[in-house]
Amino acid sequence: MSIEAHFQLECEQFKLDVTFSVPARGITALFGPSGCGKTTLLRAIAGLEKNVRGHFRIGENTWQDETTFLPTHQRPLGYIFQEASLFAHLSVQQNLHYGFKRIPAEQQRIPFEQAVNLLGLEPLLARSPARLSGGERQRVAIARALLTSPQLLLMDEPLAALDYQRKQEVLPFFERLHTELEIPILYVSHAPDEVARLADHLVLLDNGQVQASGPITEMLTRSDLPLAHDHEAAAIIDATVASIDDDYHLAKLAFPGGHFFIPDQGLNVGTKVRLRILARDISLTLQQQTDTSILNIVPVTVAAVSERNPAQLLVQLDANGVPLLSRITHKSADKLSLAPGKKVFAQVKAVSLLA
Amino acid sequence: MLSETDLIALLTTLKLAGLTTLILLVLGTPLAWWLAHSQCRFKVIIEALIALPLILPPTVLGFYLLITLGPNGPIGGLLEALGGHAIAFTFAGLVVGSVFYSLPFVVQPLQNAFSNIGRRPLEVAATLRARPVDIFFSVILPLARPGYLTAAVLGFAHTVGEFGVVLMIGGNIPGETQVLSIAIYDHVEALEYGQAHVLSGGLLLLSFILLLSIYTLNRRSRVMPL
Repeated sequence: MSIEAHFQLECEQFKLDVTFSVPARGITALFGPSGCGKTTLLRAIAGLEKNVRGHFRIGENTWQDETTFLPTHQRPLGYIFQEASLFAHLSVQQNLHYGFKRIPAEQQRIPFEQAVNLLGLEPLLARSPARLSGGERQRVAIARALLTSPQLLLMDEPLAALDYQRKQEVLPFFERLHTELEIPILYVSHAPDEVARLADHLVLLDNGQVQASGPITEMLTRSDLPLAHDHEAAAIIDATVASIDDDYHLAKLAFPGGHFFIPDQGLNVGTKVRLRILARDISLTLQQQTDTSILNIVPVTVAAVSERNPAQLLVQLDANGVPLLSRITHKSADKLSLAPGKKVFAQVKAVSLLA
Repeated sequence: MLSETDLIALLTTLKLAGLTTLILLVLGTPLAWWLAHSQCRFKVIIEALIALPLILPPTVLGFYLLITLGPNGPIGGLLEALGGHAIAFTFAGLVVGSVFYSLPFVVQPLQNAFSNIGRRPLEVAATLRARPVDIFFSVILPLARPGYLTAAVLGFAHTVGEFGVVLMIGGNIPGETQVLSIAIYDHVEALEYGQAHVLSGGLLLLSFILLLSIYTLNRRSRVMPL
């Protein structure tokens, strides 16, 4: 199943012309700088922008094309706005019921209790929205949207209005949505760390147009896109906790290209985790070093080498199908005579656990 | 304490103010909604027209209404041509006059209420599967309640206090068009200060209580300045 979108909109100062196709599962981030049309695009998908031409299909269902325009209330979607926008005249419970009771019983795939538990709202049900913190409000808004059992969740920077503390409070709930429900999510963001942590797929937007789209692991490491050239350029790796070394308090995380050790943080064996490795934290050697303090060394193949600036190069690596990035100097590259196809060892100085 | 004519004037006044308020709330809702949300550039003209009764001498409004609604006026003439009666100097004429006279007192609080609500709650409700009519009753109406309360009380109180318009198009027919403000005037003319006191004091108290109650209620629901 896939999501097919094509939208065109012309305003005085702004032109949106967007076409993309992404799988109808997991989290797809619509990512780009502020003012590039992300929110407009999301509103168009929801049918909230009336002057948009184009089409939108999810699986077999067409929400909009040349002849059809389903009004918003007929589109089976959930929309999370940047500000929670709870109904001030209703209690938390009544807010949650608002959408729930408006869909036919046979379409209610998510029971009331499940949404309440998933977002930890039990103690808040009787409260008025005015007496909730920003993070709590946003959790209520998410549950309220989920309770319409949507085919697609649209999220417009749902964390942008929250401070760091509140973000940390809400993020785990997003991850639970991701793992426990099978609702595809289109997630608008301009925060790279959120995208790295949550997204499976990425649609890169700039100036009202799609620059590129694809799986997040590929998109972050493509040398033709700005992400790989950022100072914070990094690769994302989805791994599984393989074992815990109780003597050294290390967790062994397996991925198709090998494994990494990180300090044990109470992870359970079998848990899926997401890792982030910065390009500047990977150095390359021709032989596998043994007398080194670096624990994480994986064999890789050089996929491509591209210039970043006169002093530095960006090396794209392939660890058994998993892309990695390394940033090294021209001088080192010449010394190692790096070229596509060459087999080397990636020494990873730091692996950070995203989720 | 009240003579029979005073009592009839009081009932006429309450009937007039109640009916006028009801009509204004129904007509004022779509009008205020349009004013709150339209981008139309002729909007300001409509806004100015609606606000006119705030500053226009009521006798001016009454004069034009008399001409329009009388047997030779366009509307009065039309009514006569259709086999009806011109409505100047009738209760119906008074209601029409009051609707114009109190229009801004109802439309402006509603318009403010709708603008304060903004579009977001409507969009949210639509994404939660609510149809437009459903949205009006489940979201807009409850959120605009303080606005409706203000509009109703101001519309009612302002109609009770009407004098100039009534004098021009209503005349002074007991049981039909004689309202309290006219009755007070009559008493004063006849040097019946006692009865004028009762009616004036009563109106003063009523107006104060009405205003006090909207300020108290709206303060409690912390919305809508007047």
